[in-house]
Parts: sequence; structure tokens; C-alpha cells
Amino acid sequence: MNLPVPHPPSNLSDPGLPRRASWLRRLATPKPMLKVLLFALLVAWLLLGDMPRSLLAFRKDIVYLTWQHLELVAWASGLAVIVGVTVGAVLSRPIFGRISEVILQVFNLGTTIPTLAILALSMTLMGIGMVPAVFGLWAHTLLPIVRNTYTGLKETPAHLIDAARGMGMTATQIFFGVEFPNALYVIMGGIRTALAICVGTAPLAFLIGAGGLGELIFTGIALNDMPMLLAGAIPTALLAVLTDFVVARLQIWVVPRGISPAI
Amino acid sequence: MIRLDKLTKTFDTPQGVVVAVDGISLEVPKGEICVLLGPSGCGKTTTLRMINRLVAPTSGKVYVDGRDTDTVDPIELRRSIGYVIQQVGLFPNKTVRDNICIVPDLLGWDRKKSRARAIELLELVGMKPGEFLDRYPRELSGGQQQRVGVLRALAADPPVMLMDEPFGAIDPINREVIQNEFLRMQQSIRKTIVFVSHDLDEAMRMANRIAIFRDGKLEQCATPAQLLATPANEFVQSFLGSDTALKRLRLIKVAQAMRTSPLAVANHEPLHKALAVSRESGLDSVFVVDEHGRLLGVLDARDNIGRSGLAMEYAKSVRATVTTTSDLRSAVALMFTHDVSVLPCVDDTGVMKGWINHQAVGRSLAQAGTTP
Repeated sequence: MNLPVPHPPSNLSDPGLPRRASWLRRLATPKPMLKVLLFALLVAWLLLGDMPRSLLAFRKDIVYLTWQHLELVAWASGLAVIVGVTVGAVLSRPIFGRISEVILQVFNLGTTIPTLAILALSMTLMGIGMVPAVFGLWAHTLLPIVRNTYTGLKETPAHLIDAARGMGMTATQIFFGVEFPNALYVIMGGIRTALAICVGTAPLAFLIGAGGLGELIFTGIALNDMPMLLAGAIPTALLAVLTDFVVARLQIWVVPRGISPAI
Repeated sequence: MIRLDKLTKTFDTPQGVVVAVDGISLEVPKGEICVLLGPSGCGKTTTLRMINRLVAPTSGKVYVDGRDTDTVDPIELRRSIGYVIQQVGLFPNKTVRDNICIVPDLLGWDRKKSRARAIELLELVGMKPGEFLDRYPRELSGGQQQRVGVLRALAADPPVMLMDEPFGAIDPINREVIQNEFLRMQQSIRKTIVFVSHDLDEAMRMANRIAIFRDGKLEQCATPAQLLATPANEFVQSFLGSDTALKRLRLIKVAQAMRTSPLAVANHEPLHKALAVSRESGLDSVFVVDEHGRLLGVLDARDNIGRSGLAMEYAKSVRATVTTTSDLRSAVALMFTHDVSVLPCVDDTGVMKGWINHQAVGRSLAQAGTTP
């Protein structure tokens, strides 16, 4: 049965996928962005003259508060990923039907409340410190993850599920073998957005006594102390860029090669 | 073997109860392809999906290899039945290798054995394992995806296969290539297959037996030849179209329809012998063959009355021949193309086996209707 193969795909790496313009692609990938940012920082540093020395005066504070900041973010986003993916997955099951849309609307509503308000509310309920701050950040980080998990799983093509059922896969096997891997790209997209939000809003946690780099920023503002403000702001910005970079790498690593549009 | 016994499916809709499948009884003998044919919404796909319990029947029974499918765990049942759908449904997150091995993996086969099976199957359809095993579905053309879809259904070597318009999404040229490829495979694997289609030509090509559906009812179930010769009612007749006679030509081989006497005269025989053959048979054309029986030429008896010499001297070259393994449709096409009333039939080596004319075609069509 030596038949000619009808249409050998001409481009094996990326057939049938819309190509983004290459400059846009390059900008969107994290690595060059990181370089540009570091370069800009370096220039600013040199231009500002004795600023480096006054910033380095806060060295100890920066290290201590960065750890605290990271701890906050890690707790909030870690819990958000676990809860968000689980809730999204549960809501995507057919038994929930229309109720899941209603629940997602409630989540949506939650996001429209400003972070500061959520933090204030959690402070009134739980007092000050780490716990209410983590709760507030967590609540705010949750939605993109739930939303993307739900959408990604819901968008599994019906014929894939039909084929899977027809071959005798159980519901659990279909979820872990078909639905979840095929939704991973979308889910990881949600996690990336969520983490960006989480790292970005974490400085506010200082306001309810949870510390973090917000301490330097807000105190700097209050005292009109430029070096102190920058000592908080620059690490915060770097952390945000670094987190996005790490998640982007993770996305490439985790998502199966047959699905990821990036390859 | 598959047997459906008064299989019925009703759906409750806001507009009331809809009967999708209405008391279908049907038997598919072992090793045969039964095509469920009909317009869309006639219940053929629902019937198919009741066989592997993707749809639970409202009433009636399905027996696969004599087992009542009610008594079998649906998951286990489905793993023992190959399933191919129009959209193929290859898993985009898995390679071709892993896609083919899905059912063997579900059944807990040894990994080495299942991976070797994937290689063997790819070779069966002429796809190089080295090139395709590690590709992802999106790196395959539509035709290649469909081939892999069929291989995936064959992986665990199930005795029974269900195919829901498996070649429907492929362009007409490749569709015919894949259909023929599949038929060749079927000659050796001999699966019992239920095949849903809405394409009459496809059904004629693939089926041992065609079941025509309308509005959830089985209108007629018969071999393609029987169906074309004796449609059970007006619906079947209109579904088959007005050119049933032409369609039937496709189903009959030249070897079945050709006449073998008088065959021909040898090249060393005299002309008067050839003329005598012509008088006896009433045919104007007499074929001349060499000592091995290979066709040399044809002579027209009317033009040569009263002449003498060897038959060979008066023979002209033959305008067209047909091989005995072709179908009657191509034989008739050749007769019209070359404007000849008698067409010599030869085997692969050029040895003349018989001849065919309009009368012979007409008679074999009449016969095919009475004896299935």
C-alpha cells in the first residue's frame, strides 16, 4: 500500500497558525523586555549621581522587605492557583450548567471592588497583619485564574470528548488526559495575568500592617524622601518583571508541544 | 456480528416526544460492512451511537458477538469496539504514537507491545513511522489525520468497528484514495463494520449491505445490487436517483458479463473459417488471436465476403480492449468512446478471454437483479 502522501505539510513547526508580526513577537517575549528595562534603570542610576549611595543605605531594609513581599505574594498567588484552578474545573463540569455563569458573575463583581477596599474590608474582619493581607491579595488574584480555567475547559471541542468517550475513557481519564492538557495554555495565561496583578498590588498590603516593599514606598511618599521611595519602587518593579518572565518560561515548559501556539 | 433488535430512541423536547430511531432491526454478519444511509436527521448516527452506548436506547436490544450489550459495562464495551468520527478527534496534546496507543493503554497493554503496534499500523497505510510517530496532529494534513484516526480505532484489534462519516471531511480525490485503501485493508482484517454515510456513491463502493433510513425507520436493507435492482418503495427509488442502471454497472465485473463463445480464430486459419464463425454467431466482428491466445486484430465479416486467404491478412488493429477485472461501467464507457459495438476482454497479459456487447451488458444487469 505505497500510496503517495497527499499533502505533506510544508512547515512542520507551525502549520496553520496565524503568525504575529516578528517585532510584536519579540516585544511580547519577556527576555528582551527585561534587558530594555535593566538598561533603562542603569542609565537612570548613572544620571542621578549620588542616588546609588543613598539607595544602598536602605540595603538591609530592601532585603528584609523583599523577602516579606515575596512571602505575601507566594502565599496569595499559591493559594489562588490551587483554589482558582479547582473552582474553575468544578464549575466547568456539565452538572453546574447555567449556575456556573452566575457564580462567575459574582467573582467578576468581586474584582470590580478596588483592592484597597478589599484590604480594608479584610482588616475589619481579621484585624491587621499577614493573614488579612494574604486574604485580600488572594481574593483579587483569584478571578483571572477561575475565569481562564473555566473557559479553557469549556472550550474543549465536543468531538474530542466524543472520540474519548467512544474509545472507552472514563470521565476522570477524559478530564486529565484530554480536557485539562488542552486547556493548559489558556489556564497558564490566566495564571500569568493573575500573578502580575498580585505582585503589582502587594505593596498595598503595608497599609494593613503586613509589611513588604510598600513600607518603603509609602513611608518615602509620606516623608517626601525620594531615595527611600525608590528603594521600594525599584525592587517592586523588578519583581513584577521577573515574575512575569518566570511564568512565561513555565508556560512554555508546562504546555504540551502539540497545543502551544508559541512554538 | 452485530444484531439490532427493535431498537428505539425517543427524546423528550419542549415540543413533545420526538422519535429519533423507530424500531430498527438489523443484522450485520461477521466481516461485513453495513452502511447506514439516509438524509441528515434520519436517525442513522443515533443508531450507530446506541451500538456502543454513547446513546442509551429507550427500548430494544443490541447484540455484539452474541452478547447483549445491556449486560456489559459501557466503558469495557467501548474499549472493545473501534470508533471513528468525521472530525477525527485526534488529541492535539498527544503525538501520533500516543494517539494510536490510546485504547491499548486503556486496556493496560505492555508499552513495548503497543508502541510496536503503532509502527506496524502506520506502515499498513504507507506512512513512514520514523517521520510520523512523533508528530502532533496539527502537523498532519487532513488525509493523514483521518488515516491516523482509523489506525487509532484499529490499534487494539477490535472485531467490531463503528465509523460515523469517517471520510466526509476529506476532499473528493483523497476520499476515494482513502476509501480504496481502507477496502484493501478490510480484505485482510475482516472487521464487522457499521458505517454511517449520506453519500450514495461512498455507500455503493464500501458496502456489503446498505440500510436506507428515513425519519428513524429502516426503509430497506439489502446488498447494493439488490437495492438498485429492486428498490422496496418510492422513497428508496428516489434516493437512489434516476440513473440506477448506470450505478449498477459499477457493481458488475467484466468477467461476470462477458461471452466466451465464439471466442476468436487463430491467425493461421483461413478467412472462410472466420466468416463461418461470424455467420454462426450473428456478429459482424471476428477477433483474431496468435498461438498464445493473445489478441492480434479484428476483421469485419461483411467487408470480406467472397475473399480468400488467411484471416490474419484481413484483420485490422483493435481500437479498444477492456480487462476482465474492470467493472461494466468502464467497459460501456470504452464502447461509447471508441464507437465499437463489440469490445474484446483480455486478462493482464493480453490473452483474450471473451467479448462484450450491449446485449451482454443488458442481460447481466437483468440477472444481477434476480440473483443477489
